[in-house]
Amino acid sequence: MPKVCCCLSSSQAIRSSLMAGKPKLYYFNGRGRMESVRWLLAAAGIEFVEEFLETREQYEKLLQDGALLFQQVPMVEIDGMKMVQTRAILGYIAAKHNLYGKNLKERALIDMYVEGTRDLMDLIRVHHKFSPEEQEKNLALINERATARYFPVYEKVLKDHGTEFLVGNQLTWADVQLIEAILMVEEKVSTILSKFPLLQDFKTRICNIPTIKKFLQPGSQRKPPPDESYVVTANRVFNRK
Amino acid sequence: MPGKPKLHYANGRGKMESIRWLLAAAGVEFEEQFIETKEDLEKLRSDGLLLFQQVPMVEIDGMKMVQTRAILSYLAAKYNLYGKDLKERALIDMYVEGTTDLMGIIMYLPFQPPEAKEKNLALITDKATTRYFPVYEKVLKDHGQDYLVGNHFTWADVHLLEAILMAEECKSDILSKFPLLQAFKGRISNIPTIKKFLQPGSQRKPPPDEKYIAQVKQTFNV
Repeated sequence: MPKVCCCLSSSQAIRSSLMAGKPKLYYFNGRGRMESVRWLLAAAGIEFVEEFLETREQYEKLLQDGALLFQQVPMVEIDGMKMVQTRAILGYIAAKHNLYGKNLKERALIDMYVEGTRDLMDLIRVHHKFSPEEQEKNLALINERATARYFPVYEKVLKDHGTEFLVGNQLTWADVQLIEAILMVEEKVSTILSKFPLLQDFKTRICNIPTIKKFLQPGSQRKPPPDESYVVTANRVFNRK
Repeated sequence: MPGKPKLHYANGRGKMESIRWLLAAAGVEFEEQFIETKEDLEKLRSDGLLLFQQVPMVEIDGMKMVQTRAILSYLAAKYNLYGKDLKERALIDMYVEGTTDLMGIIMYLPFQPPEAKEKNLALITDKATTRYFPVYEKVLKDHGQDYLVGNHFTWADVHLLEAILMAEECKSDILSKFPLLQAFKGRISNIPTIKKFLQPGSQRKPPPDEKYIAQVKQTFNV
């Protein structure tokens, strides 16, 4: 008996020391605000683990343990920190893994571009919360914004400098967030890229990058679009009516 | 005058105010071009000056920067207010996202219907005193230093002071349970560049009044 216990605890110890290096994501088992973090880690080839919030009790325990700086998720345990605030987390990961450009001006461009795709994705992130009538209006807004405000900008960026990536001729956070946004909008409006040939090429190219290709395959940690049970869970955890 | 950043926005606080604060704190002189009518906004758009058709927009270092956070991060890095390494940046980013969320609720208050005003004021007070200010009070308490991050003045301190003053305009005794934040407020307000910005005649904008709200609604279709 002691031998078995010894084996169990040493493999547990090995497992937990392997895990100790991996970022740990605390969120619901769904996209929401955490999905961009999953994308960026995956693109950087960084393995991560996830703890899914399913009950009110889990959330309250995190609060009591002082693990959530502003009482909110996303929260990511990484490099000895409990990071919160999506943008802060993404900025840290991008800088750490060389996805934030090589100087201040490139950073500025990346920041502008990711704020744009963030605004577009936020329209979609909340879509499932609306009533059917509101959803119809929102869909029209998403379509309009994507085709008249955001995608023309990125199409032009690619056209103007004729390189494979948005900034500085290498993969950056801006490319990862753009591909995430493109795929998200396509789920709502499948023909959204019809007037944007360079973005179509961009999409093909970026989706073929090995780390991203892997993330796009079934069985990865990429989450599906939100469904009823996702809404129910979030409301339960946050005590919303 | 060439060389000075040029800010394009309405003649009021809104999303541009944090940028004014940061430039002022860094001791950087700047110019402003105010958008007063729909036509002003349309002209900026049709001239292709607004990347996503929106303001704030800041002309700086040959760029026409948009997106508030992008502009603030650029300024913070350029003027040495973004900490000395990646971990300090991470802390600063977390802290400013918190104060951004708090100031965001306050910013929209004047644009809510009058019936909702009392409820929203209560929400602001609640969030400020139970979610945000306790965090910064604890940060200061835990390391006992004058500034939030790295024992030196950073963007996080500027942003927090701005948030404190804005919250006090909603409820004057909102810091009553936060002695360290009171001391922080006194200290940071006395930094020469900030002291100057707090004096009448600076480019700091007043809280929105009826006239400003009407103009913004007209110009920006809010």
